[in-house]
Amino acid sequence: MKKSLLLLLLVISPLKAEIYDINRLDLKSHQGKVVYLDFWASWCKPCKESFPWMNSLLAKYPADSFTIITINLDAETDAMHRFLGKVKADFDIYHDASGQIAEQFEIEGMPTSYLFDRSGKVVKKHIGFYTKHTGKYEREIEELL
Amino acid sequence: MTAKYHWLILCVVIVASGCSSLGVKPWERNVLAQDDMLMDADAIDLALDEHIYFSKEASSGGQGFAGGGCGCN
Repeated sequence: MKKSLLLLLLVISPLKAEIYDINRLDLKSHQGKVVYLDFWASWCKPCKESFPWMNSLLAKYPADSFTIITINLDAETDAMHRFLGKVKADFDIYHDASGQIAEQFEIEGMPTSYLFDRSGKVVKKHIGFYTKHTGKYEREIEELL
Repeated sequence: MTAKYHWLILCVVIVASGCSSLGVKPWERNVLAQDDMLMDADAIDLALDEHIYFSKEASSGGQGFAGGGCGCN
């Protein structure tokens, strides 16, 4: 009974993402793919709005040529887990509680995203997320694919 | 006299450098981004204030900020 309940919880849970420590982030290992790197936090409303769109990108573009990596910047791990319990994420998440990577990337607003080409070079940077601009974001990705 | 100037310069440098690292980083705005932190968190209160300013001082606006403090809008 307990096992079946656990199984049911796993099936209905919106959490699909794998969560890693930020020290395990290796962007070079993704060279050869177009990478959309997104910095987000649980308290950031536009970040939450971007999740369904990012999930749709993974379904739209082939996995062998496009990937999404996100970096969570919540100081509290529990806040991140609570958020992911409510919002579906199909992509991997790296947790940067101290903001060390955010500092390196000189993040100016939340969310901020970077688009890397296949050679690992930053091609675009977006500060904030606007649903009215998703068409433009997608065109930028498609130009690199 | 020279020692006095040295102390004065030292004090000025210390006071001036105190402002060099003010402000929170965009990813540290957790509390600032909460709805309660908005100037216009209470709509009725805001409307009353706006009315008072408009009727007594012939001024309006300037009571709110775009976005919730996440630094993105």
